[in-house]
Amino acid sequence: MRKVMIGNHALSYGAKISRAQVIPAYPITPQTEVVELLSEMCANGEMDAKFIKVESEHSAMTASIGASATGARVFTATSAQGLALMHEVLHWAVGARTPIVMGNINRAMAPPWTIWTEQTDSLAQRDTGWMQLYAQNSQEVLDSVIQAYKVAEAVQIPAMVILAAFVLSHTSEAVELPEQGKVDEFLPPYEPEYRIDPANPHAFGGLTGPDGYFELRYQIQKAIEDALPKWDEVGAEFGEVFGRKYGLIETYKVEDAKNLIISSATLASTARTAVDTLREKGEKVGLLRIRIFRPFPSAQIRSILSSVDRAVVVDRNISFGASGIFYQEVKAAVYNEKNPPPIFGVIAGIGGRDVTKKDIIDIYEDIMRMDEPKSDIIWKGVRL
Amino acid sequence: MPEKTEKQIVFDKVKDTPPLAVSLYTMDYNKTGSWRNVRPVIDYEKCTGCMTCWKFCPEPAIDAEKYEEDGKEKYKPVIDYEYCKGCGICWVECPVEGAIYTEEEGE
Amino acid sequence: MKLTIPEEEIMGHGHLACQGCGGALAMRYTLKTLGRNTVLSVPACCWSVIDGPFPHSAVNIPVFHTAFEAAASTASGIKAGFEIQGKDVNVVAWAGDGGTYDIGIQALSGAAERNDDILYICYDNEAYMNTGVQRSGSTPLKAWTTTTPVAHPKDRPKKDLISIMAAHRMPYIATASVAYPEDLTEKLEKAKSIKGTRFLLIFSPCPPGWRADPKNTVKLARLAVETKVFNLLEIENGLDWRITKKIRKPKPVIEYLKLQGRFRHLTEDDVSLIQENVEKEWNILMNKVGE
Repeated sequence: MRKVMIGNHALSYGAKISRAQVIPAYPITPQTEVVELLSEMCANGEMDAKFIKVESEHSAMTASIGASATGARVFTATSAQGLALMHEVLHWAVGARTPIVMGNINRAMAPPWTIWTEQTDSLAQRDTGWMQLYAQNSQEVLDSVIQAYKVAEAVQIPAMVILAAFVLSHTSEAVELPEQGKVDEFLPPYEPEYRIDPANPHAFGGLTGPDGYFELRYQIQKAIEDALPKWDEVGAEFGEVFGRKYGLIETYKVEDAKNLIISSATLASTARTAVDTLREKGEKVGLLRIRIFRPFPSAQIRSILSSVDRAVVVDRNISFGASGIFYQEVKAAVYNEKNPPPIFGVIAGIGGRDVTKKDIIDIYEDIMRMDEPKSDIIWKGVRL
Repeated sequence: MPEKTEKQIVFDKVKDTPPLAVSLYTMDYNKTGSWRNVRPVIDYEKCTGCMTCWKFCPEPAIDAEKYEEDGKEKYKPVIDYEYCKGCGICWVECPVEGAIYTEEEGE
Repeated sequence: MKLTIPEEEIMGHGHLACQGCGGALAMRYTLKTLGRNTVLSVPACCWSVIDGPFPHSAVNIPVFHTAFEAAASTASGIKAGFEIQGKDVNVVAWAGDGGTYDIGIQALSGAAERNDDILYICYDNEAYMNTGVQRSGSTPLKAWTTTTPVAHPKDRPKKDLISIMAAHRMPYIATASVAYPEDLTEKLEKAKSIKGTRFLLIFSPCPPGWRADPKNTVKLARLAVETKVFNLLEIENGLDWRITKKIRKPKPVIEYLKLQGRFRHLTEDDVSLIQENVEKEWNILMNKVGE
């Protein structure tokens, strides 16, 4: 069945079709439609789920952790300030190995108050251990929620499905709703090894000294490393069952490309159209979209970068005092290669400033005129 | 159910460690009797079996031993010195003069 | 003689509580009464340590350790998780006074306002004891703590948390004391039988933090009630206040204060001020009780 929906509702339908059982959530612009629709579907019986209308995002996450630890499938959603408020307990969800799936709408951080898109909110959580998936359209949002549960529950690590504020969260697109029966087969009920159960009592997260903590942390790293092939496997299986295949990265016209544009989320959609125009002009250019940011698909990125002459990473985020965050990670991934191509870092679209196809073409043409990267940041679109 | 162990468990290797900090054993290994400076002693000649000491023990380190006398079920408090930390609450709360007295540990 | 509280010991020995710990006694009574079909959501507090190191636990029921400010919200999530799976379990948030009066009050208020079906128990030892005796919103007037040193003892009274909770019009609120286990178990039984958010405040002396002799834990808890420093009461629906332990001839507060090092610096004027404050609070309470 096809249905026209905004990106936020694609998250809600993704949670519904994945049979999320507990949804603790707190409203924040531009996430509100996600939880409004979910609370309605919980209230009218369309979903067999408990909606907890918590008093803060911190409580949304701790209630999610508690519910997940009982073996329930849990969904929540937030954005920007809300995600930042959760920071402490994002770590908790990982340490407690609760495979929660959360939607995050990428919104720039205050002050000044703003609601438009930027990725710094979620990227600031990159070291918590949450898996992060940057989606580019509503169909991918919905499909990714289902896949996220499958991967998260397999490796016992929570996952964020991330979409750009307004550009995706509030844009209506036609979305194919998978059949419930097929989804149930693809995503069986969650059965954790350890759960809160009075019949089999355990303490969870008790005091652990230097003689035990290290091994627990090591296992988190191993689990999230295991998730890397799992995302590929699950994305391929999803393709077989539902006809839409997904990977860790997405490439476009890279086979013969000499130069590469690297980006994520909706910026990558814009970049794809720029690649088409540049190709018409005779440029040997391709696009690499990073879909899964955590775990970081270093090997896949290295393999694409091994055959190009130069690459430019377009970041809609900034790590103050350093540079664009995708840029840092891409550069780090190829640093130990024999002859890595020069990689240019562009910061664009901060605070939701529009990034057009023309902007991407300009960026490309600018870097083609440069001999080598002279600094870690090439600013695009800021009025200097 | 959690298992009793004779010593604190430290997992040797990652492969032996559960994926999260989940308890599998009780605290019985921790013989808190070694914390004691003062030892409470029950004088069963004077003890009436009111079980006030049992009631107020925070460990718990006083067992309520059941027995029958004249066809009636009765209780007798028995201090478990393996775990008694020697706080002295039983001694202060005992309503019968001299039924619980204290000794310096090691006497 | 018959036992006056349930016989079964669910809390095991070997735990890491200090000698004469009021918080350990409170746990022992609570588990005896609530039984094994109970789960605890425990934020940062003494019990994060008392329960024992991974992979050990002293209590023999599930314990979920959570963040300091999150006892109530974690409990709400646990309850919802059980409910959607058709399981009927007593879900208890078990927090100290820091995690209740201060950092956890937002999540507690949220759960109480939603009337989530959880029992919130605060074992109140009147300071941040686990971190080394720093003042909390529960620390009483004029008390010494490491952050209210003798030169500047606490200049504000203990927060009237019970009135805050009553303002939520929640189904059941009670205060209890480790010196009155029968009263405590009765209140726990009652709380267990009620649906919705229930709140229980258990007065739990801390010998190291109060600079008191461990042998006097129960004696101090009793004196707090006998001097009207801490009153045993219950409140139904936030409006029906009832004193459950009537003190005919209250003892002067000095009887209670003099056994504690945290009050050793008090002048006669300080003691009078504390006594006056006790009288004032009692009168406010009597207005609510309607006597």
